Amino acid sequence: MFDWIQNIADWFVFDIFEMNAESHLAEALNFFIYDTTKILLLLFVVIFLMGIVNSYFPIDKVRNYLSRNKLYGFEYLMASLFGVVTPFCSCSSIPLFIGFVKGGIPLGVTFAFLVTSPLVNEVAIGLFIGLFGIKTTIIYVVSGVLLGMTSGIVLQKLKLEKHLTPWVKDVLANAEKEQNIFVAEKKTFSQRIPIICNEVLTIMKGVLPYVIIGIAIGGLMHGYIPEGFFEQYMSKENLFAVPIATILAVPMYSNASGILPVAQVLVAKGIPLGTAIAFMMGVVGLSLPEAMLLKKVMSFKLIGIFFGVVTLCIIISGYIFNIIF
Amino acid sequence: MSKTIKILGTGCPNCIRTMKVVEDVVKENNIDATVEKVEDIMEIMKYNILSTPAVVVNEVVKLKGRVPTKTEVLELLV
Repeated sequence: MFDWIQNIADWFVFDIFEMNAESHLAEALNFFIYDTTKILLLLFVVIFLMGIVNSYFPIDKVRNYLSRNKLYGFEYLMASLFGVVTPFCSCSSIPLFIGFVKGGIPLGVTFAFLVTSPLVNEVAIGLFIGLFGIKTTIIYVVSGVLLGMTSGIVLQKLKLEKHLTPWVKDVLANAEKEQNIFVAEKKTFSQRIPIICNEVLTIMKGVLPYVIIGIAIGGLMHGYIPEGFFEQYMSKENLFAVPIATILAVPMYSNASGILPVAQVLVAKGIPLGTAIAFMMGVVGLSLPEAMLLKKVMSFKLIGIFFGVVTLCIIISGYIFNIIF
Repeated sequence: MSKTIKILGTGCPNCIRTMKVVEDVVKENNIDATVEKVEDIMEIMKYNILSTPAVVVNEVVKLKGRVPTKTEVLELLV
């Protein structure tokens, strides 16, 4: 499928720059050009497709849907799935949280959304396809959705409403099922396209530096770390590897674009996929800046419980990944 | 009549970008309007939005959840 990109990379390195095919530098440059081109193309396609979905299903619709319908347990799955298709910026997490609470959506369902949204998004999916292939991507997306669902259900069972900050409790007390009627943007498909394209370019511009730096670091690591280097430290048999990787990852903050190319090299050099993915989910899904933001609506205890449950779920999915692969 | 434009956002890069777009449009077209940034979350929530940034013109939420283009903003203001 990507042969033609390889041809471009070859032509660039060997014909234009006339580099020696045997040299390390030529190999690294070739790898870099190939990977960057491929990933940027995939990102463009995935972000664009998600943009179309999102243009027709904006977050307001999602909220109203979850608020109005009795779904008999499926609301966790729905919230988690909606988390996948809605673009998410951590600065939106508070308005979103309050908006969901206001709509009378159970706290657990809101958490399901909050967990999946940063974890499985258009950028992560585009990068995943480029770096790990379709099969692993599907497994990643499915486990991300399950992770959000499980965390949501567990958190709901813990009855955490009392740990919200007072003003959020007021909002909760005044929650209404049917509050603002959402007015859909009346636009034809061709009117939406320029807006979606503009979105795609904004997102691409935002992640571009991370992707390039990530791939560059990945490329360097490819050249200098021997094959199977990490196996001696982090084999599947080492049961502590997954929890340690996850716990190390939680305070770190990076978006998927920076961390994924590095994770791919780690896997190539012998770190089990489950361990690498647990690390990645920890970095992308939970972070200190996010905790600081959530402080406005939750007590420290609730943030602690929230992070604890999600961390646990990430560790479990790390083990499951290691068993599957 | 002078318009009041409010940009709602907690201070993320997209909110800052939106602010700049709106300010540029107002300046370039000599529109009679005051542009104000609202960063307080409780104030923001009064407008019933789910995603930031949002552009509010004369207390009506016109755009939300994304950085608008200059043309879009201009259409809202004239």
